[in-house]
Order: sequence, then C-alpha cells, then structure tokens
Amino acid sequence: MSLQTPLAKARGLGSAKQGTHHWWQQRLTAIALTPLSLWFIYSQLIIGSVDHASVTRWMSDTMNAVLLILFIVSLFHHAQLGIQVVIEDYIDSGWQKMSSIILIKFIALFAGLASVIAILKVFLGL
Amino acid sequence: MAKVERPLSPHLQIYKPQLTSVMSIIHRGTGVFLSLGALLLCFWLLAVAAGPTIYAEMFKHLTAWYGILLLILFVFSLFYHLCNGIRHLFWDAGLGLELKATYQSGYLVVMASLLMTFITCWLGMCSVGGAA
Repeated sequence: MSLQTPLAKARGLGSAKQGTHHWWQQRLTAIALTPLSLWFIYSQLIIGSVDHASVTRWMSDTMNAVLLILFIVSLFHHAQLGIQVVIEDYIDSGWQKMSSIILIKFIALFAGLASVIAILKVFLGL
Repeated sequence: MAKVERPLSPHLQIYKPQLTSVMSIIHRGTGVFLSLGALLLCFWLLAVAAGPTIYAEMFKHLTAWYGILLLILFVFSLFYHLCNGIRHLFWDAGLGLELKATYQSGYLVVMASLLMTFITCWLGMCSVGGAA
C-alpha cells in the first residue's frame, strides 16, 4: 500500500484536458435552450397545434425549421448530459452505471436524429 | 480497516427540508421528466411527418384529459427548470450566492414558473378551445 495521497499521485501528470467539457456543454445548451424553448411554446400557442395542415405549414417555413432543429439538437444534448449526471450520482460504479450511460446517449442520438429527419421531411414536403 | 456501516449524509430521515434543498431536487426531477417530454416531442414530430391520419390519432390522445394533464405538467416542468436554470447560471457567475439571496431568488423562481404555467395553459385552452 502506498502512503502517497491521491493528490500526490495525480500531481505532475498534467490535466485531463477536458475537465470542464461536460459542465461547459451543459451551460452552453442551457443558454441556447432559454430562448429556443420559449419560442417553441410561443409557436405552439400561435398555431394551436390543431390540425395537421397548419402544423405542416408552420414547419415549412425556413426560419421555423431552422429554430426547431436547433431546439431539438440542444434539447437532446442537454437532456443526455443531465441524465448522465443523475445516473452517475445514483447508480453505484460498475457495469450497470456504464451501460446505462451508453444506453442514454444512444437513445438521445437516435431520437434526436429521428426528430431532425421528421422535420426535414415535412420541410421539404416529401 | 474495519468496515462499519455508517449512515451516509445527508441523513434524509431526520433532515428538515428547506426551500433550497427541495427546489434543488425538484430541478433534477423536472429535468428527468422533461427528458421524457423530449421523447414525446420526437413522437409528435414523427406523427406530423407520417401524415394527417396518424397525426389525428395522436392529437386525440393529447387532447384527452390525460393528455392535457401531461401537457400541463410538462409546461410547468419546463418553466420551472428554465427559471431555476437561469438561477443556476447566475450562481455560476458568482452572483446571488448569499443565503438571503438564494431564498429570494428561490421564491422568485417558484412564483415566476407558476405564473408562466398559468398564463400558457390559459392561452392554450383558449386557442384549442376556440378552434374545436
């Protein structure tokens, strides 16, 4: 058993280079989501989401499609970063923790991409 | 080293809930709940892309009593998480970290999110109700 403290062991090895990456990504997406989520709610109130035709018309507008894709990408990125922290806090280390994190990241990527494709399909009128 | 099963802190059984700690766990709870909302949003977009028939089917569920209830909960969660998230961003900038300020901003977040939820749901009921 080494008598070295954990700090002494880590000293001199240099930084991990991306120590604040997760934190920074979470704040960046939070800042992006502030206007984007307000815009989304406002848009839904305006169109009323009543019939298919009015939703399609709304999504066919270029600016709406751009903002909607930005909203979706920021939302799923932010969500998986947050869920990752929850998993890291409540699941003890081990394969369950790692596999849950991987699963969450894959689900977020899949659902995010599916949403973007759906938006593009409506936008392009396919 | 002897393995003693010591209780972990914070001792939730005897811990008096304060506004700050309750708001903190609600922030996390609404975050998890909103992630499910993101999946619902994904399904909604897929329904729009799938055409009027499938969209009408989903719309029927979203405007049923359980759909409306779910949407109201999502709207509240979003406004709460949004307002409290802004509170967190101020803390990140080193602002409002004093005990008194955390309580003031806490009450502000609760009131703002409830008010925004009320206004949004009211306007939502008007627009859906008016068209139906």
